[in-house]
Formats: sequence, C-alpha cells, structure tokens
Amino acid sequence: MELLGNLALGFSVASSLANLAFCLIGVILGTLIGVLPGIGATATIAMLLPITFQLEPVSSLIMLAGIYYGAQYGGSTTAILINMPGESSSAVTAIDGYQMARQGRAGTALATAALGSFFAGTVATFLVAIFAPPLTTVALKFGAAEYFSLMVMGLVMSVALAHGSVLKALAMVVLGLLLGMVGTDIYTGTPRFTMGITQYADGLNFVAVAVGVFGIAEILRNLEDEHDRQVMTKNINRLFPTRQEFRQMVGPVLRGTGIGSVLGILPGGGAILASFASYTIEKKVSDRPQDFGKGALAGVAGPESANNAGAQTSFIPLLTLGIPANPVMALMIGAMIIQGIVPGPNVVSEQPALFWGIVASMWIGNLMLVVLNLPLIGLWVKLLSVPYYVLFPIIMAMCSIGVYSVASNAYDLFAVAFFGLLGYVMSKLRCEPAPLLLGFVLGPLLEENLRRAMILSRGDPMTFLTRPISATLLGLSLVVLVLVFLPQIRKRRDEVFTESDA
Amino acid sequence: MSTKPKDKTDIAAGLLLMAAAGFFGWQTVGLEIGTSLRMGPGYFPMVLSGVLFVLGLIVFLRAFGREDDEPFGKVAWRGILFILPAPIFFGLTVRGLGFVPALFVTTLIASQASMRMRPLPALILAVGVTVLSTLIFSYGLGLPFRRFGPWVQF
Repeated sequence: MELLGNLALGFSVASSLANLAFCLIGVILGTLIGVLPGIGATATIAMLLPITFQLEPVSSLIMLAGIYYGAQYGGSTTAILINMPGESSSAVTAIDGYQMARQGRAGTALATAALGSFFAGTVATFLVAIFAPPLTTVALKFGAAEYFSLMVMGLVMSVALAHGSVLKALAMVVLGLLLGMVGTDIYTGTPRFTMGITQYADGLNFVAVAVGVFGIAEILRNLEDEHDRQVMTKNINRLFPTRQEFRQMVGPVLRGTGIGSVLGILPGGGAILASFASYTIEKKVSDRPQDFGKGALAGVAGPESANNAGAQTSFIPLLTLGIPANPVMALMIGAMIIQGIVPGPNVVSEQPALFWGIVASMWIGNLMLVVLNLPLIGLWVKLLSVPYYVLFPIIMAMCSIGVYSVASNAYDLFAVAFFGLLGYVMSKLRCEPAPLLLGFVLGPLLEENLRRAMILSRGDPMTFLTRPISATLLGLSLVVLVLVFLPQIRKRRDEVFTESDA
Repeated sequence: MSTKPKDKTDIAAGLLLMAAAGFFGWQTVGLEIGTSLRMGPGYFPMVLSGVLFVLGLIVFLRAFGREDDEPFGKVAWRGILFILPAPIFFGLTVRGLGFVPALFVTTLIASQASMRMRPLPALILAVGVTVLSTLIFSYGLGLPFRRFGPWVQF
C-alpha cells in the first residue's frame, strides 16, 4: 500500500526527537492561547511566525499547525468554565458546556470535548492522507486560468462566510487585493504604491499586516472595556465519562466529524461554521431537543468534534492547491513561502517528507493534546486568572521582536502600527479583517495568473469560460454570490451569526 | 435633515472605502495600463480601485434611511496612544540603542495603555520581559541583534 508507506515516512519524520519537541511546544502554546480569551490563534501564529524562521521548514510548520489545533482544544476549556469562548469556534460549546459546568458536570464536559476532538482529529488526519494526493494530481492539470478561477472562488467563499454585511466583506477583499499589489510589478519591475519608500519595494510584509490587523487591533478592542473575569473552577468533578455518557456521545461525535470534515475543506469556511452547523443538526435529530441550552452532552460533543475536524481538513486545500481556506492557513502559506517552499500541488511530490511529516504530526499532536489536557486541566484554569494588563505588554514586546526579526526592516514595524490602527478602525466600522488578509495573500497570485492566462489566450477573456474546470469554478462562485444576496438566505445567515455570537 | 435616520457607521465605512479607492486610483495614474492581452502594471489595480469605489459608494448610499443597528461604542484612546507608538519606537531605536534598552522602553510604553497598570508592576514587568527575551532570542535562538547599540556605548 502506497498510503501506508507514505504514512510510515511521515511518522518517521514527525517522531524525530526535535520534531516531537516542536510539536509539543506548538500544542502547549496553542492550548495556552486558546485558553486565554482575547488572544486568538490567528494573532498568535502571526506573532510567532517570524520566530519559527530559524527552524527547519518541517519543524516550523509542525509547530505552527500544533498551535492552530491546540487553540481549538484550549478554546473549549474557557468556553466551558467561564462561558466565554477562548476561540471564536468554541462559541457554540459555551452554550451547553457552561450549563453542564453549572450543574457540576464540568469534568464530563471537558472530557467529552477532548475525546470528541481527538476522535475527529484522528479521522480528519486520515482524510487528509487519503484525499490530498489524488487532489494534487488534479491540481497539476491546472493552468493559469484554473488557478485564477479557483482563487476567485476562495475569495467569494470568504465573503459569504464572513460576519455582517456581504457588501463590506466584498470591499475588504478588494482592499486586500490592492494592498497585495504594493511593491514591484513582477513583469515590468515598476514600483507600485510604494510612495517612493524603497523599503516597501518587496511589498508590504505579510507578517506585519497580519500582526497589525489581527493582533494589535484585537488588543485595542480588549482595552476598550477592562473588567475582571469570573472563573468556574470550584466544581470540576470526575473527568472520565460513564458508559452511558459514552453512548450518548457516539452519534454526535460521528456526525460532527463528518460535517466538520466537509466544511473544513471549503475555502473560506472552517471551524466556526462547522461547529454551528453541527449544533443545529444535533438539536434537530435529538429526541430531547428541549435539553439543548440547558446542558446537553450532545451540544458539546458534536460541535467540538466538528470544529476540530474542520481545523484539520482545512489543510487539504493548502497542501494540495496552495490556496488558504482561512486566515490561519494564509499565515501557513506565508510561512512556507518565507521558508522557500512554493505552496501547491508540487509539495507532495517534491517534498514528500515535509508533506507526510505534517500530516503525521497532526495525529501525534492530537494525541499529545488529550494526554496534556485531561490531567493538566487545573493548570490551564489557573492561567485564566492572569490579568490582561499583564499579558498585552508581553504580547507587544513579542510582536515587535517577531516582526523585526523577519527582515531587520524598521519600516515593517511602522507598517504594524499603521495596520493596527486600520484594523481597529475597520472593526469599529464593522468590517471583517479575514477577507482582507485573504485578499492580501492572494492578490499577487491572482494578478499573475490573470495576466498569464490572458497572454496564453491571446487577450481573449473567454478563456475563463471555455475551459471546463475554470468555468465550473467561476459558475460556483457566481451561484454562491447570488445566494448570499438573496433575501431569504441572507436572513438565515444573519441568524446563524447572531446565534454564534451569543 | 438631522431627523432622518441614517447609519453613521456605514457612512463612515463608505467614505473610508471611497477614500482608499481614490488613493489607489490616484497612484495608478502614472502606471502603464497596457491592453487586455498584455496587461501593464496599472491594469489590475485600476480595475480594482474602480470596483472598490463603487462598493464604497453603495455602502455609503445604503446607509441613509435606516437606523444604526449597533452603536459605535467606546474608543480605546488610551490604547491607541500607547500601543501604536510601541512598535514604532522599537523600530526607530533597535539599531541605535540596541536590543536590550529598546525592548525595555517598548514594553514600558505598551504597559501604559491600561489604566490598571501601576508604575512599579510596569517596571518589574518590563525588566522581566527584557531579561527573558534577551535570554531566549539573543542568546538562545541567536538572532543577530546588537544587545547594546552605538548610542549607549561610552
């Protein structure tokens, strides 16, 4: 079996002492930031990105991936214990998880979340291993036109799944694309939008933009209103679920894994949508829907499995097509590019050790998380009492060091301040930063493929419609765009996001 | 006029988007547009600026005749005043002062963004962050920063 051989290669890479250590650091850091409300995975990965450049490419990507799925685990702990999602994707978990904690079943809720996540993580890892290679063979047939259309679809999806106004999300994508144009034009070498500052000739630093728009803006938002947090720590009962609770878990976990895996693959989708969809479905299929919102086990098991599965399968478009499904994946692309790896279908064939090493490390990381989280839960809970005013100066120091260490360019730090302000103003104006960052990453690629496709077709724009794959992708984007503007769907979408915000 | 309902947030958002579009559009003026066969450096940005302007205009126009559904809320002025200068200060001084003093002052500036931070804890925090970061980044990871720059060499 080729798959087994590949997985064996992956495990041999991922289980080297150094990589195990980085995986461990990654999941611990991830859990840490997931537990702490107010610092998201996106912001943390953006800040830590520069520090990982000193490492081997495999190690750095293993560590960053660990942070990402570690944060999904940690987020649920906070959601259950203080009714406040540590991560936006665990917002749904807070609904029933916190109620379970109030009934003295916090331990059961935490264990359910951890076991459900582990199961989902295992299945999703295998899905990545099974589906990624065949997808790359399809992707290798992609020409410039197909890539252009695929990226258009990714951007449209990110618009469809953003909170709030579709129109503003669309504008954010376009603004992101324009910001991505800053720098030197690839074909002619003409500087664009640099305002004569030569330090920006290579384009705006991706890390600086990400840290500013996500990290700094988030800190400013948290500083608007400083108040204390209340922690529900007193009643963590026995951790392990009873046999009966196990039986209640099986269905929701299986369904959650399925939903999460599918939604994770979609560009622009990911964990938040997956957990919400799973919650809705569990409520529908349950024979006791009245229990939901009052501490239903299924309301924790389903969404937690779904968000973890979604987190894992969102690596599929990244590893096979080089297209990010969400802002975290956009950061991973940034990490790969700076490490000298061109993300895309060639990664599997040219860097098999890297590819399979990352896949295998996901499973190892998930195992570590279960082992780490259940016994150490008390420690994480203590962390919740660290006041925010101690945390953010540390974060600012790390940001400054991190961004400067990318290229020793002081202008990158000025860009951090500028984009921090921009990100804050945008959030005040209820514009989402995620589509902007995706646009920023995809901007240069989009333009390059558009220009190449036009040259190949001798200036005939019909090339995007006469090539079947490209036409299908564009058609799908159009359908999605029409759907989100339809009043009925729009109403439903608003409901989804209002509920998940609650 | 002022009695008519309008969504102030979206008015501001629309104006900001149009201003951004205007800036990028103005910057593309000097760039070669090219043809759709051989697109010049100005082609794609020009199209995008146009689209952005239209989107901004629609956001702006739709803001009239409906209520602001969510208030603007507080603005973290103190945060803006101290958080944003922190990385700028680090960028301006990391070469001159060197890593250690630049980081110390950066942390100190950032810590002032919270009303709850007292002077002594801020000082202790800044010392702690500086010592740990120097150990981790400078000695541990060996990042090529000068620990003390030319401005503080006597």
